[in-house]
Amino acid sequence: MLKKRVIPTLLWKNIGLVKGEKFDSWRRVGSILPAIKVYNAREVDELILLNVTASIDKNESDYTEISRASKHCFVPLTVGGGIYCIEQVRELLLCGADKVAINSALYSRKELVAEVVNRFGSQCLVGSIDYKIINNKAVCYSHSGTVCEHLDPIEWGVELEKQGVGEIILTSIDRDGCFSGYDIETISKLSNAVSIPVIASGGANSYSDMLQVFQETKSSAVAAASIFHFTEQTPKEAKGFLDAHGIAVRKTV
Amino acid sequence: MNAKVMLIDYNMGNLFSVENALINIGADVDIIKNVPADIAQYSHAILPGVGSFRDGVKMLRLSGWENALKDKIIGKIPILGICLGMQLFAEYGEEGGGESGLGVIDGRVIKGRLKEGEKSIHIGWNSIENLKKNRLFFDIHNLTDFYFVHSYHFTDTSKEIAKVNYFGGVPASVADVEKNIYGVQFHPEKSGKPGLKLLENFLLIQ
Repeated sequence: MLKKRVIPTLLWKNIGLVKGEKFDSWRRVGSILPAIKVYNAREVDELILLNVTASIDKNESDYTEISRASKHCFVPLTVGGGIYCIEQVRELLLCGADKVAINSALYSRKELVAEVVNRFGSQCLVGSIDYKIINNKAVCYSHSGTVCEHLDPIEWGVELEKQGVGEIILTSIDRDGCFSGYDIETISKLSNAVSIPVIASGGANSYSDMLQVFQETKSSAVAAASIFHFTEQTPKEAKGFLDAHGIAVRKTV
Repeated sequence: MNAKVMLIDYNMGNLFSVENALINIGADVDIIKNVPADIAQYSHAILPGVGSFRDGVKMLRLSGWENALKDKIIGKIPILGICLGMQLFAEYGEEGGGESGLGVIDGRVIKGRLKEGEKSIHIGWNSIENLKKNRLFFDIHNLTDFYFVHSYHFTDTSKEIAKVNYFGGVPASVADVEKNIYGVQFHPEKSGKPGLKLLENFLLIQ
């Protein structure tokens, strides 16, 4: 049967790995290549590599760095951050990315999804939605959490599915890096509203948090960064825990 | 490893990861865009691909690969079709309005009918089941997970050697052992260690 996925997220600024809190206070934690090698050796399900302030720094992703890193990655690799045109998608796929994650550009370039999907297929495009809770309502934010898009993430997710994205990654800005647990309510609403896979992101503090996502929502995967960078917890142990609680996960010898 | 691999570029993507995996296991691999005059130097061929059946067939025809595959490659050297590559071995594919495939493996390619709780694209890790003994899966056990990404699939075929439980149970791998035609619906180049093992196994087939 299809397994649930646990996906470490590597966040980077320029060429260093970083971790932040609520999309701010970035701290450098290392460099990309060793991280990719280690996760690959430990047989993670997938990896996500996000250039966190590309949309506001206006930096092009470092293609050479990604090429070098992807040579050591034998599981699917999603790359995102500051992607706004099809030429960048093409470059990234040539660099070894299997999927690209696009966020900010989708709000202003309504035709971008169709362009990418028609040329490369839905399976390579992950629609990325960041949101904050303002006055008890979830609201989409773009540009690394700095621009309010005045949209409901559920409605936006349904729209992105209609446009043709293959998967959606939903990130709670409020919970990102805060070890406060996933936002089960919003994740659940979105995973019920769309028929494409949803990857839940933001807030993982423990393996129980991940279990809660799979027990209480229809998410296909959880993504997490801080829990793996700043604590002793590992994707392998997370899956062991999930397996022990009856969630179907990929096992590796 | 003595294998010299022809990795066919018919403009349907997915080349880099496959090339990278082959290099990693020690194969000598050439990405070939134009049908080569000297096919004899190659010991194995791989037909990768991501995208629609109809586009795949169109590109095979436009590039001249369709004839080269049928006349000079299939049945002459071992060939492995990956994902769309496997699907193109079928007799017919209904995606995009319907088109004939290479017709070297019996069966058609149809859109997946969703079972309860399933998503329209089969994305993620899923286990091969009903694994038949075959050199392609040497030392790989039944119920091993591989990474799948597809929404169309092979119908029942006499050449199935492994099944996957999605869309009601569909072929995950096919093989015509006499003609050395092998196909995998999943992506071995993105399936970690078992995937690399499968590619190694393929390169040992003569």
